[in-house]
Amino acid sequence: MALSGVQIFKLLPKTNCKKCGHPTCLAFAMKLAQRQASVDACPDMSDESRRMLGAAAEPPIKTVTFGAGPHVCTMGEETVLYRHEKKFVRPTVIAVRIADNQPDTDIHTALADVLDSEIDRIGQKLRIDAILLDYVSGNPARYQQVLETVIAHAPDVPKILSVQDADVAETALRSAGAKKPLLHGVTIGNFEAMAQVALKHSVPAGVIAQGLDAVAQLTGKVKELGVSELVIDSGARTAGAVLRDNTLARRAAIKKNFKALGYPVITFAGRDDAMLETLVAMTGIAKYSSIVVLSSAEQWRDLALFTYRQNIYTDPQVPMQVEQKIYTVGEPTPESPVIVTTNFSLTYFIVAGEIENCRVPAWLAVMDCEGMSVLTAWAAGKFTPAKIAQFIQESGLPEQLTKKELIIPGYLAILSGALEEKLPGWTITVGPREANALPAFLKNRTQQEMQSKP
Amino acid sequence: MVFTEPKEAFPGSIYDITFGAERTVTFGGENSLAFHGFEGAAPHHPVIAFEVQDSLPDDWPPAVHDVYAGVSGDPAAWAQFCQNELKAQAIALRLLSTHPDRADRSAADAARTVADVLAAVSVPLIILGSNHVEKDAEVLVAAAEAAKGRKCIIGKAQEKNYRTITAAAMANDHLLIALSELDINLCKQLNILITQMGYARERIIIDPMCSALGYGLDYTWSVMERIRLAALAQNDAVMQQPMLADVGMYVWKTKEAQAPEAELPRWGSLKQRGIAWEVITAGSMLLAGAELLIMRHPEAVASIEQFIGELSVTEAG
Repeated sequence: MALSGVQIFKLLPKTNCKKCGHPTCLAFAMKLAQRQASVDACPDMSDESRRMLGAAAEPPIKTVTFGAGPHVCTMGEETVLYRHEKKFVRPTVIAVRIADNQPDTDIHTALADVLDSEIDRIGQKLRIDAILLDYVSGNPARYQQVLETVIAHAPDVPKILSVQDADVAETALRSAGAKKPLLHGVTIGNFEAMAQVALKHSVPAGVIAQGLDAVAQLTGKVKELGVSELVIDSGARTAGAVLRDNTLARRAAIKKNFKALGYPVITFAGRDDAMLETLVAMTGIAKYSSIVVLSSAEQWRDLALFTYRQNIYTDPQVPMQVEQKIYTVGEPTPESPVIVTTNFSLTYFIVAGEIENCRVPAWLAVMDCEGMSVLTAWAAGKFTPAKIAQFIQESGLPEQLTKKELIIPGYLAILSGALEEKLPGWTITVGPREANALPAFLKNRTQQEMQSKP
Repeated sequence: MVFTEPKEAFPGSIYDITFGAERTVTFGGENSLAFHGFEGAAPHHPVIAFEVQDSLPDDWPPAVHDVYAGVSGDPAAWAQFCQNELKAQAIALRLLSTHPDRADRSAADAARTVADVLAAVSVPLIILGSNHVEKDAEVLVAAAEAAKGRKCIIGKAQEKNYRTITAAAMANDHLLIALSELDINLCKQLNILITQMGYARERIIIDPMCSALGYGLDYTWSVMERIRLAALAQNDAVMQQPMLADVGMYVWKTKEAQAPEAELPRWGSLKQRGIAWEVITAGSMLLAGAELLIMRHPEAVASIEQFIGELSVTEAG
């Protein structure tokens, strides 16, 4: 468990020598507690203190990486149980399982689906992160053949080799080892041989046992053999078992500093029922799985799970922002209405969604207010008539419009007078207070315009 | 290393709520986090209510509206269909047409609709306004009177209209939904205001405001987790009510639940996408602590019921 500043202070020389760059030992201790300083900055610390602080500085969930290159998967390093306490740092790796007994055509389809899975959402490029290649054929040559196919077609996608036979693993790692796959297949029956293979090729290993107690026993044994980058699989397959085992393992690691379970968790979500599989995967993402393995890459499910992972892994203390720009909803014309709001992502999504639903094309002018909502931004002096006017004038929008009418949020009706002064030639219209009234507002407005035309 | 399961017992527990008259259902009552049956008691499963509206749901996308084709013009027939064909445990009647921006139907009209629906079904009923603060105060008073004796859940009471709606719930022996907007402090404050009127706190259901996957779900998730931890770990008696997630109305207006495949081919099957959107939103709210869900698509409901069944068996193996 992480030490407090005062606990750390007791381990320091208490000489206030300033060699570390901090005015006092206490100040240095506080920085160490916040992980903003390194133990190495103190030259006079005793070896015993250094060892204790070093152990305390290790994250309760070990950092484990697999894959190589731009899409390397990094897991672990989590420090909390609930996301409102502190951001969850390492988004769940979403992997797709390919079994070596599948027909070649199915394998090629699965590979194509994985390679084509990239989706852009709120400026993030999201994709299936890894492929798990499962040895189920019992035929070492077949596994090797499928592995070569996967390597040839998806060289940069990180791989998980699900193999419990040390000889098959050794052969596989001769082809795949350079790109650091995860070797998932250490059991109580094979751990000595498998640990040797993992060590030889410097790859992380997945430890499989039934139940957390057996997992903890086995990680201890494997670690003694020198393999320190581990991933754990307690055999949980149902939503209830995943929730239970993941919760107890995360708690043990974070609250009890129980190192034998302080590793990333791999969850196999594969089910016959596609929606149930989606729900088990969702449970893994919400509740502490570092890898979720799916049975296939379905576009609808990829979109839903990527979005869900983004929701869970955003920083709850930093408002989500969207880029400042003029967004188009539908296909607006030079006569379409202009609606201005702030760049708090929730505000943007709700406003854009409401406009979209009523199918009235519009320009949505989203202004950078550091991710604050309309009223907060106004109260903080970031959404003022002068700033709004400047944003609109510099946006390039006026040049595209024949009708200059700006719709402002209903809560800020009081700004309309000042805005009219700052935006000469524009009509300022006060919109509804809540976004859910926008469809009615826009539809009425369009109807009135139609009627007023001869 | 010897592993001792770090189980946690909490000082607080959640009230249970039973609603309905002829047929009843009960939810809440647990003394641990959602589906932590391995370390606490969870005597009741969460309850799912099918949403029914008092007027043609012309803003529901076809993927979900088509399920109710033939009954969606008549709330009583619609409710009956949910009860008899879809085996709904409960119905949530939303009096949406009373909204001034919609048909602006009167409170008396709404009361008649409530009476018609109650005559048509025996499963417990949730009665919801149109989420117009002033109009709801009128409509829900009339609806509460029309439903007297059926022990319904009515709502939603908000900071600006809780007095009349709470009084109506109290006078007609109904349970009450208290809605606050994604803020644990406002949630607590509203519960206090309602109980200060003499309304029993065991009869409130918290609605911390739902949101759809991708559209603020993370906010609802964390507010729910915090409310539940306050109730259990801090034993805050003001926050120990079960929670509602009003899922369907947020999900089915998202682009993801509506955009045709021809427009967005990379998003895959529209049918499964819409259901997945409702399923993940609902499932996530359950994990965060919700005990009462309002949903729209029967296939999504069926998946969530399976999910609840699976989550309720937590012993390994």
